[in-house]
Amino acid sequence: MSKEWPLWEIFIRSQNGLNHRHVGSLHAPDAETAILNARDVYTRRKEGVSIWVVKAVDITASQPSLKGPIFDPAEDKVYRHPTFYDIPDDVEHM
Amino acid sequence: MPSLPDMTTPNVAELARDQGGQGPRDVLAETPELKPALFEWLCRMGDSTLVLGHRLSEWCGRGPALEEDIAVANVALDLIGHTQMWLGLAAEVEEGGRSVDDLAYLRDVMRFRNIKLAELPNGDIGRTLMRQFLFDAWHHLMLERLVQSSVTEVAEIAAKALKEVTYHLGRSSDLVIRLGDGTAESHARMQEALDLLWPYTGEMFTGDAVDETVAEAGVAPRPEDLRAAWTALVTEVLFEATLSVPENGDVHRGGKQGRHTEHLGYLLAEMQFLQRAYPGAEW
Amino acid sequence: MYAQMVKSEGSSGEETPEEREFQDRIDRGEKIEPKEWMPAGYRKTLIRQISQHAHSEIVGQLPEGNWITRAPTLERKQILLAKVQDEAGHGLYLYSAAETLGISRDEMYEQLHSGKAKYSSIFNYPTLTWADMGAVGWLVDGAAIMNQVPLQRTSYGPYSRAMIRICKEESFHQRQGYHIMMKMARGTEAQREMAQDALNRFWYPALMMFGPSDANSVHSEQSMAWKIKINTNDELRQRFVNETVPQAEFLGLEVPDPDLAWNEEKGGYDFSQPDWDEFFEVLKGNGPCNKERLGARVKAWEDGAWFRDGLTAYAEKASARRAASATAAE
Repeated sequence: MSKEWPLWEIFIRSQNGLNHRHVGSLHAPDAETAILNARDVYTRRKEGVSIWVVKAVDITASQPSLKGPIFDPAEDKVYRHPTFYDIPDDVEHM
Repeated sequence: MPSLPDMTTPNVAELARDQGGQGPRDVLAETPELKPALFEWLCRMGDSTLVLGHRLSEWCGRGPALEEDIAVANVALDLIGHTQMWLGLAAEVEEGGRSVDDLAYLRDVMRFRNIKLAELPNGDIGRTLMRQFLFDAWHHLMLERLVQSSVTEVAEIAAKALKEVTYHLGRSSDLVIRLGDGTAESHARMQEALDLLWPYTGEMFTGDAVDETVAEAGVAPRPEDLRAAWTALVTEVLFEATLSVPENGDVHRGGKQGRHTEHLGYLLAEMQFLQRAYPGAEW
Repeated sequence: MYAQMVKSEGSSGEETPEEREFQDRIDRGEKIEPKEWMPAGYRKTLIRQISQHAHSEIVGQLPEGNWITRAPTLERKQILLAKVQDEAGHGLYLYSAAETLGISRDEMYEQLHSGKAKYSSIFNYPTLTWADMGAVGWLVDGAAIMNQVPLQRTSYGPYSRAMIRICKEESFHQRQGYHIMMKMARGTEAQREMAQDALNRFWYPALMMFGPSDANSVHSEQSMAWKIKINTNDELRQRFVNETVPQAEFLGLEVPDPDLAWNEEKGGYDFSQPDWDEFFEVLKGNGPCNKERLGARVKAWEDGAWFRDGLTAYAEKASARRAASATAAE
């Protein structure tokens, strides 16, 4: 069997101003072709205005086993969220 | 990468207005005697996109990679979309009560006006892509000129199609370069495809009385006028693809006048089967 | 259903603490993500199910692809081509989801081409007339959607996300099929005859898509606990019949089942089971089109090898050239 094309992760910005979002992956021989393929595969319904491609093996992910230590501390910082603050309804525009 | 058209084509309608001075006149209203030639010419555009789109659709489900399968279908869909517009306008211009589908499904071979290159069988994916590239390079140049057409409807169709065809050309030239300069086998297959298809390319640049009439009226450029730019672009891509350009491209003509290869009859027999077998039925 | 009779790999023996915690997460409705710990059986079952689903999408291109070049109007041609192209896209999304579990697309192809992996039995039936494009969209996509909608809630994140995207894109598939049926059923006598014939041929194969009854199957029980199967085959089949029969009546077509009758008590139709012997024969490779379908896939793959290799070679050369010119510039 010949060598398989590498896997690329595809990120698409759906409208100007929004962040690129991961939409899926595909195979392509290199980055330029990955962009062309992404256009054909992932924007068949006018989904995007900009495409990023990243080789899947080049992505470094956080350790799932460290999910607790990494993300739990944010859990009790409720004061970071606007709903923490009780403001009377009479006060407008806030 | 050679100097391919910018993939982010600026607003072409605007471009047309700028270059045309006061913008397109309504030539059709001024010169109704233009209609027969215009009808012929529109059929040449629409039949070429129809037949080529049909050929590409034959790949669906059989592509060499899932990604390529999807990409080829996109090009096919674009071309069939262009057909709707070209033949739609042809039907209007003809004023004979025929619909787009009547034109596509109820004309026989000798009434089809596509260039022969479009009807040639797919062969392997290399031949399909080479055929596409040779066509796209012409198609792109043609549409760039048509956005300035004296017939408003033609300019509008061209403006819409040009965006898609800019992408087609970018893609097909890229693949021709990659496969030409890939492995020994891919190189050999691309060269073989080029040698086979090249003698059909001259037809794109050979005008007749119909072409002369529409050119006179400012509807479309003379086919000959596109040759130099096409040759320059194609030669540049083929050079980068490490492929050698064959000698004589002016061998097989006649498609535009309705004299086709044997292949078109089979294509139409398949494509038109239901409309022929069940006349008058709605689908 | 595009994945039929997927054997589930239950764990043997006592449940470990890790397995307990894993099951708790699923019960709480959490999604399992690629790099997280999962029981080997969960991984194996999912690979089997998702790849079978993916294979069904790409083999499923063929029976409909059979009519793209014969579609009766330009618009029908565009619609059918766009739909069959979507199926390639859906296959791609699903292969990608399976790849997150540690198997490559090429390995999955290898399993398909060698006959080791299965795909849905429905695609081994021929499409003989244009009405079959209607029947396939209406019944086959209808049955598939019935299965795919609940799978959007499946426990495995990438699978769930693929299903969400697929369901969104597929919403037009069943409707375009029914639309074809409407045109045919209200068309000429010849068209009506084709429409009825298509329903006659696809009704039972569509019922088979849900697989044989799994009410007492251990595999299903495990898969349902893992939320990679959401409903039993019988539940889905019943729901399909309940929804489809009135649609057939609206068309003025007759469902080819003399025993079909509304059962007030259960609030659903009583209906005849398909011929399960035929189903197992088709799975074994003896359906009307097994050889053609698999043959077409293998041919596409083998004929495309030089293309894939050519592009790989160019990418390697180009990357070497870039590296060389970067070194030269230093």
